[in-house]
Amino acid sequence: MVKVYTSSVIDAPADRVWAVVRDFNALPSWHPLIRDSRIEGNHPGDKIGCVRNFNLKDGGNIRERLLALSDYDYSCTYAILESPMGVSNYIATLKLAPVTDGNRTFAEWSAEFDCPADRTGALVQTVGQGVFQGGFDALKRSFSRR
Amino acid sequence: MVEVRRSTIVDAPVDQVWAVLRDFNGHERWHPAVAESRIEEGRAGDEPGCVRRFKLKDGAELREQLLRHSDRERSFSYCIIDSPIPLIDYVSTVTLKPVTDGDRTFWEWSSSFAAPQGREADLAELVGENIYEAGFGAVQAMFGQQVRHGATVPRTRTMATPADARPLDGGAVVVERFGGPEVLRWERSTAMPPGPGEVRLRHTAIGLNYIDVYTRTGYYPLIAPPGVPGMEAAGIVLDVGPGVHGLMPGDRVAYACAPCGAYAEVRTMKADLVVPLPDHVSDRLAAAVMLKGMSAEFLLHRVHAVREGDTILVHAAAGGVGQLVCQWARQIGATVIGTVGSAEKARIARAAGCAYPILYAETDFVDRVMEITEGRGCDVVYDAVGADTFMKSYEALAVRGHLVSFGQASGPIPPIDLAGFVQKSATVSRPNFGHYTSTPNEVRSITDRLFRALANGVLQVEIAQEYPLREAAEAHRALESRRTTGSTILIP
Repeated sequence: MVKVYTSSVIDAPADRVWAVVRDFNALPSWHPLIRDSRIEGNHPGDKIGCVRNFNLKDGGNIRERLLALSDYDYSCTYAILESPMGVSNYIATLKLAPVTDGNRTFAEWSAEFDCPADRTGALVQTVGQGVFQGGFDALKRSFSRR
Repeated sequence: MVEVRRSTIVDAPVDQVWAVLRDFNGHERWHPAVAESRIEEGRAGDEPGCVRRFKLKDGAELREQLLRHSDRERSFSYCIIDSPIPLIDYVSTVTLKPVTDGDRTFWEWSSSFAAPQGREADLAELVGENIYEAGFGAVQAMFGQQVRHGATVPRTRTMATPADARPLDGGAVVVERFGGPEVLRWERSTAMPPGPGEVRLRHTAIGLNYIDVYTRTGYYPLIAPPGVPGMEAAGIVLDVGPGVHGLMPGDRVAYACAPCGAYAEVRTMKADLVVPLPDHVSDRLAAAVMLKGMSAEFLLHRVHAVREGDTILVHAAAGGVGQLVCQWARQIGATVIGTVGSAEKARIARAAGCAYPILYAETDFVDRVMEITEGRGCDVVYDAVGADTFMKSYEALAVRGHLVSFGQASGPIPPIDLAGFVQKSATVSRPNFGHYTSTPNEVRSITDRLFRALANGVLQVEIAQEYPLREAAEAHRALESRRTTGSTILIP
């Protein structure tokens, strides 16, 4: 089991950051790697069990199922159903916490998955830096412009 | 419940910050409010269960216990055991998390607690700013970090000056001068903030005892008028002074002892004198039973250890203490003989467990005791009547019996002929309740047994009269004219 953990600080109140990331179908609006997304079966994007089907800007297609969503904890957990990354048992959690000192947000994004041993290093880099840190950087830029 | 949650970012790797925080006793090295700290019983600062005892720079003392500690989660939780600040059921958690983006540390410090009504916001601010944010600022400064927004600079207000470190006004019944019930007046009185070893209470129920009449008339020199009478009460701890352990604001407590001062809404007194009440003993019950119940306990278990098979004689068996002695002695397995003044009181004594109530006005109690015991006499006689009964109580004793004289309601006891007691190898004692209750351990040992006896139903107490505290004079009139039965309490 490979574990990836990335965290950052975003200079905006946690409820405002949560308003952006809570929509399971909204990745294209804030994550730079994502081109488009839809929720399968015409379900709402906050229905537990719904599946988002999205395309990366580099052409890959990924399907992910929403496993848990908590407005109380500012937390969202999902699993990959299909992806070109060659991972299995992939479960990730995106979680926010308020930093009362300065009214900022502590953001954590973590994942666990299985993959062939020789691909571990590359996948940790892709997931931890490309996807997670890339998303945080975009959020930091987005909120610093406002 | 009040919940407080504060968090910050420290510009240092999480392992370095955890190295500073993980020792439960290390706060004296980094928290600006802490003057000195040690772990009790020589334990280590990372052993869950250990207790840190520490002093703040303003002198207040606290004890806190480590509940959990995790290097994996970089987190620990603890609770307050003793504190002069009314943070009730306070449990707090410190958690560190890495900020991988920049190799920094997210630090969250949170707690939940109950607070006295009206003080929630005040105490939440005290905890959030003076403890948590002050700690954030100090640790950030250790790592050379500029403190953000100024919000984390320790405030000038110190922790142990909560808003109630002021005199507290309340009403009290005051004996203006020695005399009849009319000398009892309702006046304003003040409970000062508790000093070292003291506790401040808000009374919820006050016991009425005949000794209060003696206090009021000056028969016993217990107060110098103007003064507040009353020896017995239950209440809630408002706050505690430095060096007080085992009592927390919000605790339910009771006491029965000198000095006087119970006829008041609020009172500051020595913390050693009060005992926490178990859940099954209500405030009203405690106010009704503490003094009489502790008296019965010390008579039956300490002055003389009554055993199964003993025969005992109790004077005034239908009185407050007498009824409890009857109930308890019967449960021990003793045969209880009692003297009473009327048929109605004989009925009351019998209901309390007195197998042989004797109407002393109609029947000579010595003859009757000898008849009941087939000439043997009693193993112990409890006599608070004094002049009228003392020598006859001696006559009612068995060989090697014990005469316990614990009062003289009918007048002073004449000089005794000690040598004459050789006829029975008798023991005579004149116990003073105060000498059996002079340390907290003695008091708690007595009240532990009393509370158990109340819990398992050995002792039954009837609260037959309740008066508002302001009407204490009316309660005294009723007591002195023998219009009361059972226990009487005063409600503030």
